[in-house]
Amino acid sequence: MSQTDHTDQAQSASAKTVIWNDPTFRSIVSQVLAAGVLVWFFYTIFSNTLSNMERQGITTGFAFWNSTAGYGILMSLIDYDSTDTYGRTFFVGLLNTVLISVLGIFFATIIGFIVGVARLSKNWPIAKIATVYVETLRNIPLLLQILFWYNAVLRTLPHPRDSLTLGESIFLNSRGLYLPSPVPGLGFGFVSSAFYLAVVVVFIMVRWANKRQEETGQQFPSFWASVGLLIAFPGVVFLIMGAPMTLDYPALKGFNFQGGIGIIPELLALLWALTFYTATFIAEIVRAGILGVSHGQTEAAHALGLRNGPTLRLVVIPQAMRIIIPPLTSQYLNLAKNSSLATAIGYPDLVAVFMGTTLNQTGQAVEIVGITMAVYLVMSLAISGLMNWFNKRMALSER
Amino acid sequence: MKRAITIATGVATAALFATSAYAGTLQEVQKRGTLSCGVSTGLPGFSELDSHGNMTGLDADVCRAVAAAVLGDASKVSFKPLTAKERFTALSSGEIDMLSRNTTWTLTRDTSLGLNFTGVSYYDGQGFMVKKDLGVNSAKDLDGATVCLQAGTTTELNVSDYFREHGMKYTLVAVETSSASRSAFDSGRCDVLTTDRSQLAALRTKMADPSSVVVLPEIISKEPLGPVVRQGDDQWFNIVKWTLYALINAEEMGVTSATEDAAKTDNNPGIKRLVGTEGDMGTKLGLSADWAYNAIKQVGNYSEVFERNVGVNTPVGLARGQNALWTDGGLQYAPPVR
Repeated sequence: MSQTDHTDQAQSASAKTVIWNDPTFRSIVSQVLAAGVLVWFFYTIFSNTLSNMERQGITTGFAFWNSTAGYGILMSLIDYDSTDTYGRTFFVGLLNTVLISVLGIFFATIIGFIVGVARLSKNWPIAKIATVYVETLRNIPLLLQILFWYNAVLRTLPHPRDSLTLGESIFLNSRGLYLPSPVPGLGFGFVSSAFYLAVVVVFIMVRWANKRQEETGQQFPSFWASVGLLIAFPGVVFLIMGAPMTLDYPALKGFNFQGGIGIIPELLALLWALTFYTATFIAEIVRAGILGVSHGQTEAAHALGLRNGPTLRLVVIPQAMRIIIPPLTSQYLNLAKNSSLATAIGYPDLVAVFMGTTLNQTGQAVEIVGITMAVYLVMSLAISGLMNWFNKRMALSER
Repeated sequence: MKRAITIATGVATAALFATSAYAGTLQEVQKRGTLSCGVSTGLPGFSELDSHGNMTGLDADVCRAVAAAVLGDASKVSFKPLTAKERFTALSSGEIDMLSRNTTWTLTRDTSLGLNFTGVSYYDGQGFMVKKDLGVNSAKDLDGATVCLQAGTTTELNVSDYFREHGMKYTLVAVETSSASRSAFDSGRCDVLTTDRSQLAALRTKMADPSSVVVLPEIISKEPLGPVVRQGDDQWFNIVKWTLYALINAEEMGVTSATEDAAKTDNNPGIKRLVGTEGDMGTKLGLSADWAYNAIKQVGNYSEVFERNVGVNTPVGLARGQNALWTDGGLQYAPPVR
């Protein structure tokens, strides 16, 4: 408010004063100057870098993007072999980074919320276990935890020939975890259609239930009805169609297991470490959020006749979310950035693949480091943007 | 991300302050009084800390020879352990004066990195190592195998070429350091460990049970390993190159660290030129007349360096093979000091 007052005064005064005494003019000039210096600064760095690299005989430019990479990558979500280009190694690395970040955020959130609530539990052993977990894991450096899970735990697993197995269909060995993969048969399309139909029905039902509750106050068990619909409807169709799905079991062929879904130990170790490390911070944020809701709210809810469960679900958590979300965003950002520690154990993320091997084979450090940093920046801004949107939705709607 | 920042800072420094870093390396080393030399993070026989905390190995001794030639004292080296991924950035940013870290000389590296290879200190080739109980006798039986190697090396490209050429599939586990690749192999993460054969021999000495592994007969690549310097400083390039040649020439002429003082009065003009009692070889390099004398006296000739670090009587136990002198049917051949 004071800003506009100031400008108004300035404008009325500007008629009488000389132009360099005009605050508006001055502020524009100083901003243009500052911007100019900044542009000049970065341009100097840029041109200096280029000319120095040229003088040193270092190749520059992005011509490497389309040349053949010629090296293999441990894990790829898209088709990749060594005849593909360096550009493709970028996408392989990027997708692996996104995969570990998304999985990590998902599991860390679930575990974090459970532990955060558990720490407030009136059940003494549960509260103490949660406390010990949080206080131990959040105080050990993440890199050590990653190396611990990789070397001390996963590496002690047996050779593929002596795999640990669960019913000859799930195998665990030093090469990773092998699960049977579902192979949809003829008519499986009906089952998935049934599932999509169930999703639509659930959506409509929830809207109807909310509307009815607002109008009449009558509650409808939407949650259990939804779960039932989502499982039962596709399940019945599945049985009617004669169970059109087979399982592809992993089997030891030659050196390694073939078939099924193989999850490499690097992914397991990294996911495990990132999840349990970040979950400790999320647990504390959740605890702080819940404690931040005044006890009077709980008492008021009890006075209205709500039981403990609905009190937590309908009164405390929605208010706590407003405290929880902003710091939660920071934790998500940390997790995504910490995933670059993958390189320590050889999980082929963006840093290990693109900023590692590709950089080394092409030697174009400036370009590749620049691209990689830009990717992390964009990824972090995307997470942060998404969380800000979510935060706005959860914010107190003032009536 | 931390690593990204480190590398970025290095690159930015390299780019911004390159002018001061890439000219006059000799003057800079003399002014500083120590040679800053990039070596590996630990590879037995080539560059590894011994139990007294001294850097030992063939690569380390090449650094020492250059320090002796330039500064007259082989002990004036500050060793910088580098991973395969860090090494070229460290050199081009001026953090090190030379790189002596079992680095393969290839066209791409020679042309696009702004670096020059000064010669070959060890002729190597890539090989495969497997556990004996795997029952594999040839690399051609490795279809479907999981292969461990060090990321950021030429071995990554060679192994891909080899499996592609023979129509075989493989899974690649690329880790940060050579010792990490060894421990991954040791703990059964992969079936095969691949790297230069000299490194296989060196890593084998560190295995839990060295007799349980076998090196397969196939050699799938040429790996000429040698010291590297920055491009654009010809004087420094010459010094590093000729120091290595001096060690090889010394072996050829039969001059050792023990016999060198006697060699000073030798009648052979070639030896006289080498040890600096005749001619002005040192001046031409911008060094003192006794540059090669110091290097040979304090470090030994090529044969002494080889046998002390990786020879048959060391734990690494490598025969001279193609690293024998050309006069003995090997590949080591140095142009004459004249």
